[in-house]
Parts: sequence; structure tokens; C-alpha cells
Amino acid sequence: MAERTQLIHHYLRHNKKFPHVYCAGCGHGIALGSLIRSVHALGWSKDEVVMVAGIGCSGRMAVYVDFNTVHAVHGRALTIATGIKLSNPNLKVIVVMGDGDALSIGGNHFIHAARRNIGLSVLVLNNNIYGMTGGQCSSTTPLGATTTTTPFGQMEKSFDLVELAAAAGANYVARASAFHAQGMDKLMQATFTHRGFSLLEVVSPCHTQYGRKNKFKTVVDMYRWLKESATPLEQYRKLSAEKAKGRIPLGVFVDRDEPSLEERYADLRADQTAQAGRR
Amino acid sequence: MAKPKKKSGREIFALGAEAVVEGALLAGCSFYAGYPITPSSEIMEGMASRLPGTSDGVFVQMEDEIASMGAVIGASLAGRKAMTATSGPGFSLMQEFIGYGCMIEAPLVIVNVMRGGPSTGLPTSPAQADVQQARWGTHGDHSVIVLSASDVQECLAMTVTAFNFAERYRTPVILLLDEITAHTREKITVPTPDSFEILYRLQPSMPPEWYKPFEETVRGVPPMPPLGAGYRYHVTGLTHDPLGFPTQRPDEIVALLERQFRKIDQFFFDIQLADEIETADAEIVVVAYGSVARSAQLAVAQAREKGVKAGLLKLKTLFPFPRTKLERLAPHCKILVVPEMNMGQMSREVKRVNTGQFAVRTINRVDGQIITPAEILKVLRRR
Repeated sequence: MAERTQLIHHYLRHNKKFPHVYCAGCGHGIALGSLIRSVHALGWSKDEVVMVAGIGCSGRMAVYVDFNTVHAVHGRALTIATGIKLSNPNLKVIVVMGDGDALSIGGNHFIHAARRNIGLSVLVLNNNIYGMTGGQCSSTTPLGATTTTTPFGQMEKSFDLVELAAAAGANYVARASAFHAQGMDKLMQATFTHRGFSLLEVVSPCHTQYGRKNKFKTVVDMYRWLKESATPLEQYRKLSAEKAKGRIPLGVFVDRDEPSLEERYADLRADQTAQAGRR
Repeated sequence: MAKPKKKSGREIFALGAEAVVEGALLAGCSFYAGYPITPSSEIMEGMASRLPGTSDGVFVQMEDEIASMGAVIGASLAGRKAMTATSGPGFSLMQEFIGYGCMIEAPLVIVNVMRGGPSTGLPTSPAQADVQQARWGTHGDHSVIVLSASDVQECLAMTVTAFNFAERYRTPVILLLDEITAHTREKITVPTPDSFEILYRLQPSMPPEWYKPFEETVRGVPPMPPLGAGYRYHVTGLTHDPLGFPTQRPDEIVALLERQFRKIDQFFFDIQLADEIETADAEIVVVAYGSVARSAQLAVAQAREKGVKAGLLKLKTLFPFPRTKLERLAPHCKILVVPEMNMGQMSREVKRVNTGQFAVRTINRVDGQIITPAEILKVLRRR
């Protein structure tokens, strides 16, 4: 406990007025805890870490942590992070977004940042809903779910974040759940240290805006659902299509080792400068 | 501000767009992000071939103009002098981020090579129809600097000025060119780097624990360290307190917004740039900017030959509008003529600051054609 208190004092901003905005039972705080433990485990200095966050509940995370923090405009966190990383590749750039931020308004930036394989550590806290604006459906809201803008049930299919990032060319793609905090720590550290565009999707329950309207009586019911439906990827792949239905595979989906954009760019610049020297 | 101190440098035969590239590199620009769009793409192409050959230059082609502005803002936060270039439709897409740039006080330069609009409009023809959008395009009250250039040499000089203003006042600066200026090829002199005054944003000298990123200062422009330099702070588009944290306290909101206006308003006389050509005794003065100012200059010379006491006020700063330049004309000048390739966007400003001293005549074209000297001369000779 004492160790945890020390971490809190070291990594959270003492001059920011707490309490935070997260509701009771929100998974975002668990992700924030994992993020702090991961940065600490990696021994990074606070000065070299830049957190760029979008708009929404996940976006508010940037204000609490004592790193270099940028609270972007809605959907565009990845574009700012791209400019920062290319300008100073030595910085550890962590991007935190929600599902609406990363996949709806920022969907185009998401696939292009993955395609570019720019060295960003990207966390998408997926709660299947627009939490801060009052529970409207997002592009990951499951088919049939009730939200304030789908009062008769969601008619559109949802995005699979992992499949999307893998197809777009991300170097590293993983999924963790807010119920499995220790597993999240491991995946988070791997995400932070992997070369190129690295994505960690965190399945993060939102009881306030999503659960209450979708037959989860209490927060505990949501976490029970998460515990029961989460399946390690190796096991999941062995399941029949019928048994796999409704399950959430967790683990590492993509692990590639292609050079990142900033590495390729450094090579180009060295090449150009050498040529200029010969001329 | 950015006038060459001495005649030295190399002569090149360049497009206006290429002169912008030369100016940006002279000013120390080391980051370009953009998206191709006619008629501004030559600026992007020039940067793509030049920046990788510099010691730390970065060029990146983004997926759209929104992303381009995002990357430029990120680069600016990381300590770079950064720019993008675009045209009408792309400029519209950038508006949200321009407001963010104003709110977080990010120094950056946006070149908008204006083409005919609205919408896709006339991609390959000139216009000057983004003037009011440059001033008021993003939502919310904000202060911004808008510059213009009328020939190729001026494209270079005004690009340097744009960077200097951006760094000095910690603000986005918009340089409005038109298709003619960007696509005219002329002989220009690229001055040596030491012949220009090159400004850099103020760096904090205090220890990190004393640093307040949005502190009230006499100049109204707080120092801005690059990310990663030890001065950890929070950047947000929300209204924020001097430490950068979101606030809803009325006193903190008003202090922030008033300072952001004041930091530009109180240096109005340094920022308002205009060339006065034969205005000393002029009874009728043309107020023009961009390529139209060149037509106007010829028209004024021809009018003088015919005995008309004409003059030209060539605007290089469009916003904040150089109103005192007009006020100085009042004792002898009775008529202002405002020719422009739009339905009357700058004449609106002229009429706004005119308190009855002048009659204002407008000449407007929106058909993708330049306003000719003959058209302006006709109006100058009508008494």
C-alpha cells in the first residue's frame, strides 16, 4: 500500500484539483493505474513522456498525470502525436483515446497512423459508448444495444478495433480488459516498448451510460460479464464459431518488427546529408 | 521587420510558391505537414525535396488538412518552427485546429493560396475570397495575424515575417496568397541568412517549478519551452488557468482571453505593414493587396500621367486591419478605391474604420480573372 501511495504522489499532479471525473465502476481509472505502474516499471523519467489525449472521459486522463500532457481536439490526438514524435523521436509518446474519439470522428487518422507505422503507444479505452456527452451510441456499440441515440436498438454493426488496426498495418496490436489488471500491466508495458505503431485496446466498462440501459443492474454485473466473457486468445482460437460467439479474446494479436516511420526518416536524412556532403 | 538589410544573396528565377519555400527555410522552418491541393501544391513539393536535406528538417504528407494542422501543432509544441500550405477547401478543414492553435498559443504558419470559391469553386483560377475566413473562420472570439504578399520577392519576405510574428507573439499566422502570386515566375534575390532578423520564441529562464505556461506577463506572451525540456505542463483547448489546467472560473476565463487579444493588440503598430506609394499628396488612393496591388500600382502611375493625384496603399498586413494607415491619408485624400477578387471582403473593413472621411469605391471580380490596371484606372479617372 505504501508503495502504491508513493506512485500516486510521484505520478499524479498534486496541483490538480481532484476528485477525477470518472464514475464509480469506470474502467478508465484501472487503465490509468496500469499506465502509471507500467511507466514506473520501465523506469522512464516523467520529462521524456508525452501523453496526448483526445476528448471525452478518456481524454481527461491527461490532466491528472504529471507528464508533458496535451489535451487535443476531438478525434485528432493522433495527428498532434505524429507531429510531436517526428519532431523529437526521443520522446515516449502515449496517445489515449476513447472509442468515439479513435474510431468515429478520428477513424481516418487512426488507420493512417497505423499504416504509417509511426512510433506511438496508443491506448484506446473502449467502453462502447459516448460517456461524457450523455450515452450516445459509438462506432463500437454492439448491434441491438440501447443508447440515448439508439432508443430502439443499434442497427449498425460495430468496428472490431483489433482487426482494423491489424489490417491497417500496425506493428503491435493487443487487447486487455479492465477486469484483468495484471494482464493489462504486461500488455501495456509491451505496447509502450514495442517499435512502431503499437495499439492496446482496453475493454473498459461504462455502467453509468451503457450498463444501466443494457440490462446490467449493477457495476458488479458488468465486471462479472467481463470476467466470464474474456478469453485468452490462444483458447479463443480453438473454440468453435458457436462457442466463440459473444466472447472477448484478450492477448497479443499482431507482433511485427517493421521499422517505424521516424526510423525510416532518420535513414533518409542521413542519406540526404551524406549526398549533400559529397556534392 | 523582414526587409533585407543589404543587397546580397543569390538570384533565382522562381515561382511565388518556391519563394515561400526559400523564405520558410531562411526563417528556420524545420517541419512541414500538408495535403496536396491546387494551387498550393508547389509549396509542399518544394518542402518535400528540400527539408530532408537539412540537419533536422521533417516533411510529412498527412491524410487530410485536419491532420496536417494537427501535426504542425504537435511539431510547434515540440519546439519546431512549423508550417503548412493549402487552398480554400483545405483551409476550411483546418479551421477547428486554427482555433486550438490560438487557444494554446502555438506559433505556426499557414499559407493559403486562394482560389475561386465557394466549395470546390475554381481550383486553377485566382480569387481573394478567404480574407474574412482567415480572420473569423474558426469558432469563438480569437485574435490572429493575417498577412499577404503581392509579388514573388514579397512572398519570400512575408514568409519570413510570418514566422517572426508567429514566434514573437506565440500565435498562428496566416499568409494569404492568390493563385497569380503563387504561380508567377520572376527573378528574385534570395538573401543570405544573416541579412534577415530571425526571431525565436521566448524560452523560460526560471526553474521548472516556477514556470507557469500561460502566465500574465507585460508583453502578454509567456515563454514556451519545447516538450521534453523539463518544463512539464498541461496543454488544452479548454479555457485554462495560468498553469494550463481547465477552469470555469469567470475571472480566470476573462484574464486568459483578454491577454490573448492584448498580446497582439498592444503591438498593433509593429504588426501593421503596408507600402505607401505616392500617397503623400494623393486625393484618391487605391487600397489593394495581393496580385491586384500590382495592377493598382500600374493604374496609379498611369493616372498620375493623366494628372490625377492618385496613390496606392498596398496592404501587407490584413489583420489586425491597418486602420491608422488609412487615418493618415484623411487630410488630403477624399476617395478610397478598393479593388479585390471577391464580393467585397476587405472593402468591408475599410468601410468599418471609415468614419466619414472617405467615399469608398469598390471594384469586385469573382469570375476567376484578375482585375486589370485599365479597370482600376477607369475608376481613378471618374471624379
